[in-house]
Amino acid sequence: MTTSPLPGTIRHDEIVPARAPWMHRIAAGETLRIVDLEGNQAVDFLMYAADDDAERYSAQDTIAAQRNLFLRDGAVLLSNEGRPMMSITGTSVAYHDTIGGACSCESNTLRYGHHTKAQHSCVDNFLDANIRAGRGKRDMVSNINFFMNVPVEADGTLGIVDGISAPGLTVDLRAEMDVIVVVSNCPQVNNPCNGFNPTPVRMQVSA
Amino acid sequence: MTTTTADPYGARDHARAMTGTRVEAMPTLPATADDAPGETVWEETVAPAGYTSRRIARGTRLRLIDVAGDTCASMLIFNAETPTERLNVADTLKVQWNGYLGAGRLLLSDMGRVMMTILEDEAGTHDAFCGASNEASNARAYGDGKNYGTHPNARDRFMLGVARHGLGRKDVHPCINWFKGVRIAEDGATIPEIGPFPPGRELVLRAEMDLIIVLANCPHVLDTRADFTVTPLRATAWRGEPAGEDDPVRTATPEGLRAFLNTEDLYAR
Repeated sequence: MTTSPLPGTIRHDEIVPARAPWMHRIAAGETLRIVDLEGNQAVDFLMYAADDDAERYSAQDTIAAQRNLFLRDGAVLLSNEGRPMMSITGTSVAYHDTIGGACSCESNTLRYGHHTKAQHSCVDNFLDANIRAGRGKRDMVSNINFFMNVPVEADGTLGIVDGISAPGLTVDLRAEMDVIVVVSNCPQVNNPCNGFNPTPVRMQVSA
Repeated sequence: MTTTTADPYGARDHARAMTGTRVEAMPTLPATADDAPGETVWEETVAPAGYTSRRIARGTRLRLIDVAGDTCASMLIFNAETPTERLNVADTLKVQWNGYLGAGRLLLSDMGRVMMTILEDEAGTHDAFCGASNEASNARAYGDGKNYGTHPNARDRFMLGVARHGLGRKDVHPCINWFKGVRIAEDGATIPEIGPFPPGRELVLRAEMDLIIVLANCPHVLDTRADFTVTPLRATAWRGEPAGEDDPVRTATPEGLRAFLNTEDLYAR
């Protein structure tokens, strides 16, 4: 699929290194484009209402309202108050995940063994960014994983499997309110969410 | 004109005359339950659209009963000692490689520990995907959704429940809905299982940590019935021990065993 030019003018353009956090304020009406530069790089994504960070992205409200697990083109990303925070206005990937959550040192010990506890994780990235902005562990909720693939089988079996993204594929998110976006460019190396090789992603904001 | 409550003596008599009143939805103190197989520590029937919260000790069995077939028991779970540790729905599903809850499954915290074990489940219809209703969704479905109205929403019920333990809006985390189910179609669509179901379906959970439990009993967010339909939830808890070393639930999977090891490590003090 092709990616169309962003509307308006690019006011911010940044490469987020592999394994790094990123935090940015996006005003209502602006569009954030995330570019999966090298392909199949999970981008763990949370957002908070800029004027009240107790209002935040809610995976469960979003799933219930659209009556579907997967985030596709046109999906409206809702807050825990049921209000639209951002919309997916275009994506060259068929769908994105919002049930898989973020990797953490602690969950890595369950999933892979205690030998992985010292590895860097998305929860560490989310906390690193959020704590600098006055938020903390209570602000961690179920997130979005752009460019990550979590199918659910008929018997409920689910898991993170090989991705369906590719180098240069994108997702465009239009802010429906002023939001603070917090991202972890996932450092996980124990499952295929990053193709076992975490890589940089590009963030472009157009006004 | 004088009334029986015109002065403090009359008001006191009026209030005291209510002593002994029984209604369906209320706690029983001291806790007793003829049908509990252990020393009862909590017995309460939660009203339709009601909520409750309770601290329970490690090892406690918590039985929930869908008394009349239309309970939706939405639940939050916190580590009572350190409530910043709470149920993590995403990890609960991902770590166990399955999206459906039933007997033998574990409820995991965001610190990689087992908070609760599902010991018995007669219902088989539960939901870890769709979460709590909110004021806006109840307003759309029923005309209003406020706590002071006749159609309260589960999220705002949770807010009142967590507040009793010094917690706030930021602590209302993604929840589990017991007794109302959601299955997932091949294309990701959510398929609700709303019932009504036969009365009396039971669910028995075991606390593997000292916990704060918060329950809200409001219609499921995917319930499309025009009327606000929900029936009482009965909660009973009795004393017990946490999972033993050779408990089959503890040793069933490598991921689960490591979660129990993490919980046991917390209490190695």
